[in-house]
Amino acid sequence: MFKLMRRIILLLIACQLSLTTFSQDMTALVLKVKAKLDQVNDYEAEGRMKTDVAFIKAPIGKVRVFYKKPNKFRLKKDGGISLLPKGGVSVNMNSIFATTDFVALAAGEAVIGGTKTRIVKLLPVNENSEIVLTTMYIEESNLLVRKMVTTTRENGTYEMELTYGQFAQYGLPDKVVFGFNTKDYKLPKGITLEFDDNEKQLTDAEKLKNKKGRVEIIYTNYQINKGINDSVFK
Amino acid sequence: MWTLIQIELFKIFRRPRTYIAFAAITGLIGIIQFGLKLDGDAYVDFMMRDITSSITVEGKILNGYQVCYVVLQILLVHVPLLIALVAADMISGEANMGTLRFMLTRPISRTKFLLAKFMATVAYTLLLLVWLAVLALFLNMILFGTDDLFLLKSQYVVLLKKDDIFWRYVWAFGFAALAMTTVASLGFLFSLFAENSIGPIVATMSVIIFFTILSTLNIPVFNKIKPFLFTTHMIGWKEFFDIKVNDANEAIIGSIQNPQKIINSALVLVLHIAGFVTASVMVFKKKDILS
Repeated sequence: MFKLMRRIILLLIACQLSLTTFSQDMTALVLKVKAKLDQVNDYEAEGRMKTDVAFIKAPIGKVRVFYKKPNKFRLKKDGGISLLPKGGVSVNMNSIFATTDFVALAAGEAVIGGTKTRIVKLLPVNENSEIVLTTMYIEESNLLVRKMVTTTRENGTYEMELTYGQFAQYGLPDKVVFGFNTKDYKLPKGITLEFDDNEKQLTDAEKLKNKKGRVEIIYTNYQINKGINDSVFK
Repeated sequence: MWTLIQIELFKIFRRPRTYIAFAAITGLIGIIQFGLKLDGDAYVDFMMRDITSSITVEGKILNGYQVCYVVLQILLVHVPLLIALVAADMISGEANMGTLRFMLTRPISRTKFLLAKFMATVAYTLLLLVWLAVLALFLNMILFGTDDLFLLKSQYVVLLKKDDIFWRYVWAFGFAALAMTTVASLGFLFSLFAENSIGPIVATMSVIIFFTILSTLNIPVFNKIKPFLFTTHMIGWKEFFDIKVNDANEAIIGSIQNPQKIINSALVLVLHIAGFVTASVMVFKKKDILS
């Protein structure tokens, strides 16, 4: 009886230790990813941006992206008009990692783009933070974030899917796909002076598609740690 | 024939009434430019309020191309009324002055005489449109600069790249010329039935207003007749500013969403012009000139 009790107690202690170790690993993992991203003090990159929203017909545009530690981020279109998800594009990895006041919780594993990842939920300690929750899918072997789902206080939820190439050592992606929610768009025909009656009746699937948008940016020519003037971000 | 056209053009531009349309267009466009220059940002914010709830739009939205589109949307509904002022006066004006019978004593056929007058009317219409293009497009490009064109349609928005816009305006003005010629030919036809210009001018304006209302009302019983009204097709120029997308929802630069619709509208307008001019010739050949 005494031996049985002792075994049960030892088993419980072992479980507690393993749980504690498990949660410490998530914070450690996140800090390792942050340390990798911290190699980059600033970067400037060229990119091609594609806006894929059901009610927008837009061509692919050239953009320039600027980042400076700790959380300055700017996306400029190379001339012309750009369409960006409201508040979303500034939600980038570097700005999320800018703060160390978070709690990192393990949430299992997932396969993203054929790569096994650990799911980590980041909860900001600051109650007034614009970001409410971030779910990261981290490739542990290369310390790369493959996917990120961010819920913000003012601008809804965004998804980012990241694909890496030659700049993976810095944690900088070759391709980022932002997914975001959109609202229905409709203007009265009296304003737009459209008098034809072939208004398309949308199916339920199409109505659902109308509520989601994507912005895809393919980055090239990263210039890392060359110095960027603060005036770029104004 | 060319001499006849020159004489008719001289007669048109000798009358003060001719310049009302040019002055009206200049004043209207000037007012719009003044207003948008002063308060264009508020106008843009008003138009964009639906889309900016989920999308941030950055860039120079209020540029010369955008202002030109706004001007054309407003004016191309009202310019037909200005064209009626001259077109509906072409024959009735001569009859009113008592010179119609005198003109027909010359050794030229009635058909040739009428067609020369019609060609002069068309030339006036084209000159009016050229003036509109100079003020609405070129002057706005100077005043407001150029950039991409962001268009709000009822169910979607279109973003046209800067380099993909000018040729669309050239074709749009060409189509507008066809549309305005249709109005001119209608006014010209009405002009045959009166010896005083007021009647044909008012009749032409009334038909345009009546048909425009029928074209804009979304009542099922009117939808059957809309395709046959020339006013429905007069706004076909807007189709030049819609673009195709590929399977990946990328806009295809240099494309037009529905070119067949433009062709159909142009054919309807050409048929109307041919019909009105043919009717004019037939009526005039048999008309007793009593004044």
